[in-house]
Amino acid sequence: MKVTLKVWRQKDAQSKGAFETYPMDNVNEDSSFLEMLDMLNESLTVQGKMPVEFDSDCREGICGQCGMVINGRANGHLEGTTTCQLHMRSFKDGETIYIEPFRASAFPVIRDLKVDRESLDRIIIAGGFISSHTGSAPEANSIPIGHATAESAFDSAACIGCGSCVATCKNSSASLFTAAKITHLAKLPQGQVEARKRALNMVKQMDIEGFGACTNTEACEVECPQNISVMNIARMNWEFHKAIL
Amino acid sequence: MLDAKIPEGKLQDKWNNYKAKCNIVNPANKKKLDIIVVGAGLAGSSAAATFGELGYNVKVFFFQDSARRAHSVAAQGGVNAAKNYQYDGDNVYRMFYDTIKGGDFRSREANTYRLAECSASLIDQAVAQGVPFGREYGGYLSNRSFGGVQVKRTFYARGQTGQQLLLGAYSAMMRQVNTGKVKLYNRHEMLDVVIIDGKARGIIARNLATGEIERHAAHTVVLATGGYGKIYFLSTLAMGCNGSAAWRSHKKGAYMAGVSWVQIHPTCLPQSGDHQSKLTLMSESLRNDGRIWVPKQKGDDRHPNDIPPEERDYYLERRYPSFGNLAPRDIASRAAKERIDAGHGVGANKNAVYLDFRTAINEYGENVIRERYGNLFRMYEKITGINAYKEPMKISPAAHFTMGGLWVDYELMTSVPGLFALGECNFSDHGANRLGANSLLQACVDGYFIAPLTVGNYLSGEIKTGKISADHPEFEKTEKEARELLDKLVNIKGNKTSDHYHRTLGRILWDKVGLERSKESLEAAIKEIRELREDFWQNLMVPGTKEEINSELEKAGRVADYLELAELMAFDALNRDESCGAHFRSEYQTDEGEAMRNDDDFAYVSSWEFDPKGEEPILHKEVLEFETVTPTVRSYK
Amino acid sequence: MRKINSLNTTIIRKVLMALTGLFLCFFLIIHLAGNLQLLLPHEIAQTQYNAYSHILSGNFIIKLVSYVLYVSILAHALLALVLTIVNWRAGGSKYAVDKRRQVSGWITRNMGILGSLIFVFLIVHLADFWYVYKFGHPPMDAAGNKDLYTIVVEVYKEPLYVVGYVIAMIVLGFHLWHGFQSAFRTLGLYNFKYHKWVKYFGFFFSIVMTVGFAIIPIILYFRFAGG
Repeated sequence: MKVTLKVWRQKDAQSKGAFETYPMDNVNEDSSFLEMLDMLNESLTVQGKMPVEFDSDCREGICGQCGMVINGRANGHLEGTTTCQLHMRSFKDGETIYIEPFRASAFPVIRDLKVDRESLDRIIIAGGFISSHTGSAPEANSIPIGHATAESAFDSAACIGCGSCVATCKNSSASLFTAAKITHLAKLPQGQVEARKRALNMVKQMDIEGFGACTNTEACEVECPQNISVMNIARMNWEFHKAIL
Repeated sequence: MLDAKIPEGKLQDKWNNYKAKCNIVNPANKKKLDIIVVGAGLAGSSAAATFGELGYNVKVFFFQDSARRAHSVAAQGGVNAAKNYQYDGDNVYRMFYDTIKGGDFRSREANTYRLAECSASLIDQAVAQGVPFGREYGGYLSNRSFGGVQVKRTFYARGQTGQQLLLGAYSAMMRQVNTGKVKLYNRHEMLDVVIIDGKARGIIARNLATGEIERHAAHTVVLATGGYGKIYFLSTLAMGCNGSAAWRSHKKGAYMAGVSWVQIHPTCLPQSGDHQSKLTLMSESLRNDGRIWVPKQKGDDRHPNDIPPEERDYYLERRYPSFGNLAPRDIASRAAKERIDAGHGVGANKNAVYLDFRTAINEYGENVIRERYGNLFRMYEKITGINAYKEPMKISPAAHFTMGGLWVDYELMTSVPGLFALGECNFSDHGANRLGANSLLQACVDGYFIAPLTVGNYLSGEIKTGKISADHPEFEKTEKEARELLDKLVNIKGNKTSDHYHRTLGRILWDKVGLERSKESLEAAIKEIRELREDFWQNLMVPGTKEEINSELEKAGRVADYLELAELMAFDALNRDESCGAHFRSEYQTDEGEAMRNDDDFAYVSSWEFDPKGEEPILHKEVLEFETVTPTVRSYK
Repeated sequence: MRKINSLNTTIIRKVLMALTGLFLCFFLIIHLAGNLQLLLPHEIAQTQYNAYSHILSGNFIIKLVSYVLYVSILAHALLALVLTIVNWRAGGSKYAVDKRRQVSGWITRNMGILGSLIFVFLIVHLADFWYVYKFGHPPMDAAGNKDLYTIVVEVYKEPLYVVGYVIAMIVLGFHLWHGFQSAFRTLGLYNFKYHKWVKYFGFFFSIVMTVGFAIIPIILYFRFAGG
């Protein structure tokens, strides 16, 4: 199949970017979207031109390193998917595809489609952990945790930290990301001891990083590759209020 | 003769004896000691977190944008531990035995035993960190069964166990970043290790986001850089996985062992064309309910649903009636290759076999199958566009895990003093074949429980050394070499991409140093690899410069290393005139086509030294002494 | 690392928006209950409604509540403005092609526009009734109370005004529909089941408010303007 790519090229955070047009012939419709970009990059490289920089690693939807805005949607038009899981067969032959980086103040562009998401790491550094030293753990079965509790903690813990929630949010809020971690640990008995401090510190860090406020539009849940529920955000709010009072 | 420094005493006392006698560093002195960790997967993160907790100053380097992305994240099935929660007769010894037998008796008894011994603590550790393992309705931890064992000892967090364990280690490490004991260097790639007076004293790293070359000094360097399975180009590994840190350390004196032992995983999505960048793994658990078959008739082009049962060859059930579709990975992969090579392969490229759920769907209903594997069927449909409830999946073997790696002693120290290797990048615990759910375990045990003590033992001799300076002439020299290598890559300005070379190399390795090898194929491979390498240094194209972000340059450096490592793989396989585990030499097989081991001549670890001058690597043998177990023939008939 | 106070976070601002919003919802119920008296038969309605208005304007507690009401309206609007600026800044550069609207409801994305329309309506609304009642020269009824009833009836004889009022109430309904349940989530109601009920109730509530308020000018118009 044939497609026309309009790829955002930007040298670094300071530069002004613009779309470049690349016509692509002979795209295999079984190839993934990123494999199609690999193809583009190989042809650019052979011509001695700088390839399009983009992040990707596992290419099976779990590492969270890939991510771009395709035709105006985070990770393309499919819901709940990572960019690497998007395949060319879901595009039309002859289609024009616009590719942009995730855009948010807290995600400065490094080059082209690569953005810096360290802000998400810093939110975890602020408190997204249980303070247990290696060696200090009690016997694993000493605290029974109900099946349903463990499963719902997993639902929150499944976050892959890709930042799609931020990219799709009209407010560029990292609430779903932050809430998923706060909720995961708040649901488990092990996480109770530090729940208060964790909620306060992570929420504050989220603000410091310059993410926006949640207005419950629920777009994040739709685009989240792990379908993490917006109810996590409500739980984060609850944990935060408890911590303040 | 290599000395693995195995502690005295009976097998079950060795680790305790070591712990009792090893030297330790007092808290005030730990503050004065610096550790560099390369790699932030399970082994690297868990080690860095623990080093930080102990009070050392830690720097962690990794090429990903966040430590949470390392490829440990992609492990699906689970992690083994001898907890015996099921009371099904499991214990440390049984787990040790399963592991050493699974590895076809080509691993060190003491290391393997220690792996089993520390497994229970890992589960405690992970639960304390908040890892949401699957649980029974009563609230206690649940277990699964995995290939190659007769007990249920696998702990799991749905199909994302690796992710959850990694996030546990990541969060423990982030806590140390918060306290200031650990400093992270993301988007950094190690270019070389710096050795001063025979000891590893730091690394040269490239900041991938800016192109800057940096020097980092420390009292010890810990590598946790994963496996090199990506050398086959098409593999289940992540795009960035590479063997460069290990290979460049090898070139600086660290030995590599068991290099050709690469696990080929039987249930992956087949290659469908040249566009493909990786092969996705479909969890081994699918073989619990899926039946594997190929058409009896060669080149049968009918739709699988139109082929009647009597014209299907359920070859695993036929050849291994007692294990059937759940035969171990090396065996299942080889059997698939045998059928494909005999002309029975299916799919557009005739390179796959069917994994059919029809029997299970008829027996339990589609809903039950959906409940068990729904996420995998969804993933399969996303990638292939095929609904596997309606027709069989097409699967194919793919490169997955490297049992081989840097040679380490009992302390996980390489042959270079002060240079340690943890997790998949060392060779130690799995012998010639790894059992499912043991890789997460090894990475964690190395990082949380072993390295903190053994590295401490080494550092106890470094208290008086004082701060290591990055201005030392060796740093200058190594940095210069690293820059020269980058310049060389950038300046060829030929007409072929590093992906082209990588793909070509992958094909050579897959055909000649893959599931099945022979003297002829290996010798041919060495020749072809050398020619390809020659061509690489003539015609490679890397656009741009080294002073900027340049993903083509990153790839080129990795491929340059693969082109050398591949040759060592072939030498390693050529040296071993026997078949064991993942290493199947077609000359050494039984009449029924099973692997034929030769314990009299090959009960050793082939450990290779890099010879910068010679044509061929230098072999050092570490003889495997079996004091507790007696090697037997692995049979799954 | 930069430090901020827990009370200076966006979540706290959101909580204040939620609390003021819910207080305004509560006020709407009282306001609607009072105004439905306008629909009583003409003679009774006039006396009763004017007496009711008189009590409201004279009562000390009601006065206090009314100040809380004014503050709430202003705070709700100002906080919305502050948060909008924060969100706008967080966005960085804009997407050249933006189809993110496909994954969320129009209302949820445009609470600011809906709120601004309501704010404009409020100014007109207060100028027409509250200002005239308080500071203007309203006529007196038989009981000696200010005749707010007649003011209202006169205003709603104007068809354009009625249409405008009804549209404003529809806008209010949309704003309430999202705002009501959103407020509960901001306050931390995370239970799926309970939140579902809040959502249903919020929908029901916004319909009742819209219909309840909109029906008054329509009925008054047909009762008096036609005649």
